Amino acid sequence: MTNPRIGVYVCHCGTNIAGKVKVTDVVEHAKKQPNVVLAKEYKFMCSEPGQAMIVEDIKKEKLDRIIVAACSPLMHEKTFRKALEKAGINKYLFQMANIREHCSWVHEDGAAATEKAKALVTGAIYRAQYVEALNDREAPMNPATLIVGGGIAGIQAALDIADSGRQVYLVEKEPSIGGHMAQFDKTFPTLDCAACILTPKMVSIGQHPNITLLSYSEVEKIDGYVGNFKVGVRMKARYVDPKKCNGCGDCWQKCPAWRVEKPKGDKKVVHNALTLGPTKAIYMPTLQSVPNVPVIDKKSCIYFKNGKCKICVKACQKDAINHEMTDVVMDIDVGNIIVTTGFKTFDVSKMPQYGYGKLPNVISSIEFERMNCSSGATGGQVLCQNGEAPKSIAILHCIGSRDKEHHEYCSRVCCMYALKFAHLVKEKTGAQVYDFYIDMRAAGKGYEEFYNRLLEEGVRFIRGKAASVTDYAVFPEEEGKLIVRCEDTLVGKVRRIPVDMVVLCSALEANADAPEFARLLKLCQGKEGWFTEKHPKLAPVSTASDGIYIAGCCQGPKDIPDTVAQASAAAAQVLTAIAKGKVQIEGVGAEIIEEKCTGCKICNDMCPYKAIEFDAVKHKSKVNDALCKACGTCVAACPCGAIKAKHFTDEQIMHEIEGVLYDAKL
Amino acid sequence: MTQNFEPKILGIFCNWCSYTGADLAGTSRMKYAPNMRIVRVMCSGRVDPQFILKAYKEGADGVLVAGCHPGDCHYIEGNFKTIGRMQILEKMLAQFGIEKERFRLEWISAAEGDRVMHVVNEMTTQVKKLGPLNWKEVSRSKDIGHCEEPKATKQSPLNK
Repeated sequence: MTNPRIGVYVCHCGTNIAGKVKVTDVVEHAKKQPNVVLAKEYKFMCSEPGQAMIVEDIKKEKLDRIIVAACSPLMHEKTFRKALEKAGINKYLFQMANIREHCSWVHEDGAAATEKAKALVTGAIYRAQYVEALNDREAPMNPATLIVGGGIAGIQAALDIADSGRQVYLVEKEPSIGGHMAQFDKTFPTLDCAACILTPKMVSIGQHPNITLLSYSEVEKIDGYVGNFKVGVRMKARYVDPKKCNGCGDCWQKCPAWRVEKPKGDKKVVHNALTLGPTKAIYMPTLQSVPNVPVIDKKSCIYFKNGKCKICVKACQKDAINHEMTDVVMDIDVGNIIVTTGFKTFDVSKMPQYGYGKLPNVISSIEFERMNCSSGATGGQVLCQNGEAPKSIAILHCIGSRDKEHHEYCSRVCCMYALKFAHLVKEKTGAQVYDFYIDMRAAGKGYEEFYNRLLEEGVRFIRGKAASVTDYAVFPEEEGKLIVRCEDTLVGKVRRIPVDMVVLCSALEANADAPEFARLLKLCQGKEGWFTEKHPKLAPVSTASDGIYIAGCCQGPKDIPDTVAQASAAAAQVLTAIAKGKVQIEGVGAEIIEEKCTGCKICNDMCPYKAIEFDAVKHKSKVNDALCKACGTCVAACPCGAIKAKHFTDEQIMHEIEGVLYDAKL
Repeated sequence: MTQNFEPKILGIFCNWCSYTGADLAGTSRMKYAPNMRIVRVMCSGRVDPQFILKAYKEGADGVLVAGCHPGDCHYIEGNFKTIGRMQILEKMLAQFGIEKERFRLEWISAAEGDRVMHVVNEMTTQVKKLGPLNWKEVSRSKDIGHCEEPKATKQSPLNK
């Protein structure tokens, strides 16, 4: 056995590492370690000259192990592995010591950080003695793509990919695609009509030959890996056959049951969220629904309550309604997945000080959007519950956002949609608008200009977060009004402002089922529940799981332009992967050493992927490379030490442990 | 016990959650005690109890194993296997006379950089209070907890 020839490179990372760790000391320490041929330091190892230095040294000094002490391997391992390949040696003969994220950035004492850096480098050197060359495998790339979520992000990504001639499966859990955008009337700051720009795209989805739209469906199961995912989709029973239905509407006109009832008594307007106004038990989600097929709400349908009725069945001339329909589970094979599951709005009743749900005419922003929309409950008119137009409206920013009790983050879109609301109210009713804001965040193309325009339109901006909304009148002019209490921080006084209607600008938050979905897809969730991207700046739509991408609000609050940009970015990433045609699978994985295997089968049940098969003839277990994902659980379980975790072998890990503890006393 | 005793703690972190969480602590510039050195494995299910014994033998005063939260494992259920193994190990460590504060199994997600900071600081303080373990010496003199070295080591380049 010839001894390995190790080269150690310690990176300054500008001052990120060198500002804390004495790099020269680490280099001197490395030089003294076994089989280290050379140790060098450099300002930026990841730079072109840094990599060139490695390549040159490998050739000149015949190095066969390279160690770079720099940032996290999750950041630059790939970069340096490429350099090794360029120099003609196997990329697995590389080892990284994380002396930035795990050392210089997290410690205050420079001397202690230097000692720790030495230990981490020693660990890498000890481990490197035992690393072996491995070969990557190749697997075919399935050119079909699954997109989960049919909002504007999913629609954009689906069209981008489908237009290139690739197959797309678009799964939407609601009966129609369109998401939140389909519920809006106007979009800021240009005030173009949401439906006018979205509907053509929705229609294209329904008609595109390369898109299979699975509406009213949910992803249940995902197996496999990049290039070869197997997905189980549950298509929920909508009780209407989309192949037969022509969307004529005879069914809901005759239906005797209400899903959202007509208002009774003094009430003339329902402010319920997301409704088209009163709807029947069989209903069309929006007027522009794609697919243009109604759905039966099982909770309100009379037939499902007492087994009689079926008036809709008689009304349907196309014989499309079938109350006996059941869920169908469909298996699809795809190569890549884009997650565009969007957001939900914060439940404003969690902040009782604003009276939502108790006081009439206190409504949430999404309800206000629906009211403004011509397909909404009031046909686009802004009306109080008594059917009259309000004479004054208060718009309250940051309900649930920028609030440590709820969400610390800024929801990014509220200031702008509040300005849009103010404009729409002025335009439609001429009412006096009071806008309560903490800071006016109008960062975006044409946003500040839009704010200036609203200032000119005479909206009264009050700087201060509204404290509460009450109907308790103190002064005569407050009788019968809603009173917004607020500290006006520009004047330095507490004010009481009587209005007819209050709109609460609710925060955007992660979907309630996001944790479950994250588990299903092996996505990471940040503290606030948004899905985490691979890198916040340089890989904003990739995730830690290869072949799974995220776009739109499921990654964090954003407006429509940003969402569309991300969706197209994710589509481009997927198309890049498809264009390659093949997937490279890392050469890591478990391997059973036959001589040592006693055939006890402990590992067979241990493997979560059922990748270990038992050869009854030889009485030995065997790993199926295509299924093994290299977790190493079987390796730790084998009582005979007969399983080798390639690139994470016992001896590699044991020696790394020895190395990082080289300076432990005694 | 010396007053300025600085314990050496080994961390064995899973690649997907805990290692990434520690990276996040770094990018967020959180400050914690410099006593822990992290070794990366792909899954906490890879952690062979021998690794922990090896660490004590090499002079570690404490060992922290960290993985994804139960149910969040990148490899479906690797961390459930870890729970079982570590429970048995904990009983063994007690028999060896190793205080329970010297071993810890933690769930740290990729978003919990602050948790890395808290756990490391807390563990460092606890182990500091206990003082050095000196198991390297004890284990050799009494020949206990001797774990089998991988075979290849005998002709390994490290045996000078």
